[in-house]
Amino acid sequence: MSTANVSLDMPDPLPGDLAIWIFIFAELVVFGILFIAYAVARSTHVALFDAAQLAINRVFGFINTWLLLTSSYFVVRATQAIRNDRRQICAYWLTAAMSFGAMFLLLKLIEFHQDASRGITLSSNLFDMFYLSLTFFHFMHVVMGMIILSVVTYKAYKGRYSAANHTGVETGASYWHMVDLVWVVLFALVYVMH
Amino acid sequence: MNYQSQQVAKPYFIAALLLFAGQIVFGLIAGMQYLDGSFLFPALPFNIVHMSHTNLLIVWLLMAFMGAAYFIVPEEAQTELYSPKLALITFWVFFVAAAATLLGYLLLPYSKLAAMTGDAILPTMGRGYLEQPLPTKIGIVLVALSLLFNITMTLIKGRKTSINLILVGSLWGLALLFLPAFYFPVDTVKASYGWWWVVHGWVEGDWELILGSLLGFILIKITGIDREIVEKWIYIIIAMTLISGLIGIGHHYYYTGAPAYWIWLGSVFSALEPIPFIMLIVFAFKILAQRRREHPNKAAMLWAQATPIMAFLGAGLWGFMITLAPVQYYAHGTNFTAAHGHLAFFGAYAMIALSIISYAMPLLRGRTANSLAAQHREMLGFWIMAFSMGVMVLALTGAGIVTVYLQRAIDNPLPFMQVQEKSRVFFEIREAGGAVFLLGLLTYLSSFFVAGEYTYDDEAKKALKA
Repeated sequence: MSTANVSLDMPDPLPGDLAIWIFIFAELVVFGILFIAYAVARSTHVALFDAAQLAINRVFGFINTWLLLTSSYFVVRATQAIRNDRRQICAYWLTAAMSFGAMFLLLKLIEFHQDASRGITLSSNLFDMFYLSLTFFHFMHVVMGMIILSVVTYKAYKGRYSAANHTGVETGASYWHMVDLVWVVLFALVYVMH
Repeated sequence: MNYQSQQVAKPYFIAALLLFAGQIVFGLIAGMQYLDGSFLFPALPFNIVHMSHTNLLIVWLLMAFMGAAYFIVPEEAQTELYSPKLALITFWVFFVAAAATLLGYLLLPYSKLAAMTGDAILPTMGRGYLEQPLPTKIGIVLVALSLLFNITMTLIKGRKTSINLILVGSLWGLALLFLPAFYFPVDTVKASYGWWWVVHGWVEGDWELILGSLLGFILIKITGIDREIVEKWIYIIIAMTLISGLIGIGHHYYYTGAPAYWIWLGSVFSALEPIPFIMLIVFAFKILAQRRREHPNKAAMLWAQATPIMAFLGAGLWGFMITLAPVQYYAHGTNFTAAHGHLAFFGAYAMIALSIISYAMPLLRGRTANSLAAQHREMLGFWIMAFSMGVMVLALTGAGIVTVYLQRAIDNPLPFMQVQEKSRVFFEIREAGGAVFLLGLLTYLSSFFVAGEYTYDDEAKKALKA
């Protein structure tokens, strides 16, 4: 009886579609295992990791962190806007979020190019292997997030969402936040921690 | 069955089951040769028996997938098949070619078969699972193209559901991923890349998508659940399959001459490969628990429910056991691999094939479901096969442990043949398991000959009795 009351009083704890949360959970498991593998490898090669870490572009990493965090904030604004039924505003915020996402991708591509010209490859050393695999794997997730957001943005411009019906916006936003969250951990772990 | 042209699936399913029976017979002979090396020698050498066992497996699964496509695509597209005639011609071409290839294996020395079929012009023969002579390989491509043309044209003119798009898309993938079979360079590293693109690309990538779409179709049909819910699950499962499986191919590249980073990438990503199978179990049980109706075909429901579990055990758990590079260093090429191979192929692919056959065959024979007696026989067959497969897999795992320990891990390793001798009891248990499996298969096949169809009177009688 009491549990029924509690569940009635509580707001829906998970915004967006339940399916995306199962996917997010699975994705976090994947990244979690990758991070554990990184930690294990680092613990046995501390000196190598510290030395190799100096070669990667930390400034770009920092700018990219800022870009993704800001982009996530725009997505929050888009969700707030659609909850207040401001459909056009929602579409604008989503566009802003996507353009920051695009800047992230562009900067990361430049960084990959720099890495390649500096001789950072999958075979150059263990740190480089992890750095390239982790960032490329995350890169593909940003691409995936951009695809999801572009569908949501398109629908927002077409006026398909409203205050009553905006699960799609929340679903896209949830995935985008996951991509952002993973990057923050990745940035701290791979670029910064020494 | 809603469309007349779905009938073309029937010969595919029947042929699949016949070839399945053939596969098991060759398996039993091979298992016997483990116990007595001269058994049926020189008429049937082990390599020929082994090759026939694995090739029949591939062919019967392909037959079943094609039958499934000819059954499902028109139903989902809500239109007749583009060309039922072409589908039937393709069937006979495929069946005759498969039979001719098998006869070639059995009647000719393999090297002579290779010389006769133009292996010198374009060498493709000799790699496991891909032993087929060049004309057969070309035939497989042509048969696949005919299937793809037929179902794609059907899809274009009909309704485009997610199940259909995934099924047709993954069958395109199946055909494309077969093409590296024609790439067999002298460089053994490159040759093994090409080999795994086919084998891993199929069983740890593309076929999982086929599995997902078939399971999705069956669950929609027997539960009456909104297809939107089923489709969402299937998409997520596919995404996880690709995320883990694409780079997971690296677990085949350890110590083969491929770059060392594959040791990490292969280990980590292939360790994630069980995730989509866990999701498949959750998905199937959730959907079945929410079912909106009681479908009279209980046997199909049992197959559909058991497939994800057995697939998880065989592909997920037994695969994980040997996938990490430090483990594989010791376990490579032992009966651990055979244990994993048996349970994965049976649990994932044989069982999904039998699931769709179980659902579709009664409909193709003009009834919603078979009589309760027939269903009980079929379910008995399921339990015997599942149980005996479990026995075989545990026995092979035992043999694998003995090899890893005595031949590789201890300080004074024993020679191969001595270790084989010490594993003998496991090979005996495996052969006994195989014999029981054949019994289960015969029980299953006999269920097709139990007369009558499902009537609601049966159900009423049963309810009254209870």
